Amino acid sequence: MLDLRLYMAQRLSALVMVPFVLGHIAVMIYAIQGGLSTAEILGRTQGSLLWFLFYGTFVIAVSVHAAIGLRVIAHEWGGLRGRVLDGLMWGIGACLFYVGILAVFAVALP
Amino acid sequence: MTTTPNILRVTVQRGTAAALRQETFDVPAYENQTVLDVVTWIQQMADPTLSYRFACRVGMCGSCAMMVNGVPRWTCRTHVKKVAADGELDIGPLRNLPVIKDLVADMDPFFDKWVAAEARHHPSAERDDDFDPVTAQDPARAEADLGIECINCGICYAACDTVAGNPDYLGPAALQRAWTLLNDSRDADRDGILAAVSGKGGCHNCHSMGSCAQYCPNDLNPMRAIAGLKRETVRAAWGGKRDA
Ligand code: HEM
Ligand code: SF4
Ligand code: SF4
Ligand code: FES
Repeated sequence: MLDLRLYMAQRLSALVMVPFVLGHIAVMIYAIQGGLSTAEILGRTQGSLLWFLFYGTFVIAVSVHAAIGLRVIAHEWGGLRGRVLDGLMWGIGACLFYVGILAVFAVALP
Repeated sequence: MTTTPNILRVTVQRGTAAALRQETFDVPAYENQTVLDVVTWIQQMADPTLSYRFACRVGMCGSCAMMVNGVPRWTCRTHVKKVAADGELDIGPLRNLPVIKDLVADMDPFFDKWVAAEARHHPSAERDDDFDPVTAQDPARAEADLGIECINCGICYAACDTVAGNPDYLGPAALQRAWTLLNDSRDADRDGILAAVSGKGGCHNCHSMGSCAQYCPNDLNPMRAIAGLKRETVRAAWGGKRDA
């Protein structure tokens, strides 16, 4: 149930996620070692366009990647196909994007 | 040197899809004996109504493939000694295909997918044209050569869990042949092949788990061929340069 377009979207989103995953982990370790408090972290991220773009793009990539990945599993293991399968994929993508972007807003909006 | 034959306990799947059953036969065991010998013994000595396929008996024709103790095998070249578990054999028709009767699987879906994958020759020359020289050193030819020993036995297709989960998936054998033709300078429809393997059941469904390569009796590697197709289809989609 993967045609060339979905395949490319999944591989591209995976490619995009690699630096983000590494960056995310690195930042977490750095922040904890410095003993930064939540307020101090939010003080640095809120209002920062850079962090907004960093986590915003990350959320888009995760939504695309996980939605396509779960689509494959739903088809091969759940036997879903056709419109139900498409609906599930878009639904998962939309949910992940919604939850993710709310978090990004909370962290990066001024 | 003669040894008294021991007995093999052989369970065989019988019947048609509507009514499957397992039957057990006691078959004399010999020092040198293939799984096909065992099936033939049952049909000749115990039950002449047993249906199964074979032709060459030497690993050339690809018609004798069956599930043996849960694993797809070319039965004419599979020694009982190597696969029997405690003197027991469990024999059934190839996985991932409809059953016609007993050990005979319906190969139509398998071969229909070869056609769907454009895994057939697309002529590039006319009768009066000179033929294309085949140069073994040419990298594309070398890649094509890796796949030409396929005997269409369907073992990789039976081994593939992606086929099991996704009935539209073209499967390792058809895709490998498509890749072989893509690399054959005598084939004229590169774009047609790339389009045929890029659809819903195409090469991009493969999870690269490698059961096809593990079980192919001729040690071919359809997974490698499919990775090649993924690469070429992506390259073509980016509009990248091609060597054709
Ligand atoms: C840097 C991070 C990641 C990389 C490089 C990556 C890479 C990949 C690749 C290459 C596949 C295709 C496997 C196949 O076709 O057999 C895949 C599948 C999948 N990924 Fe990721 N992934 C990453 C992160 C994630 C995350 C964060 C999630 C979940 C939120 C996720 C969920 C999935 C799912 C559900 C599949 C489907 C499994 C399958 O098709 O067999 N991945 N991933
Ligand atoms: S590598 Fe691909 S074609 Fe081969 S068995 Fe796995 S999924 Fe099937
Ligand atoms: S690739 Fe190997 S296992 Fe698959 S059909 Fe050809 S010979 Fe049989
Ligand atoms: S009978 Fe021909 S390959 Fe086994």
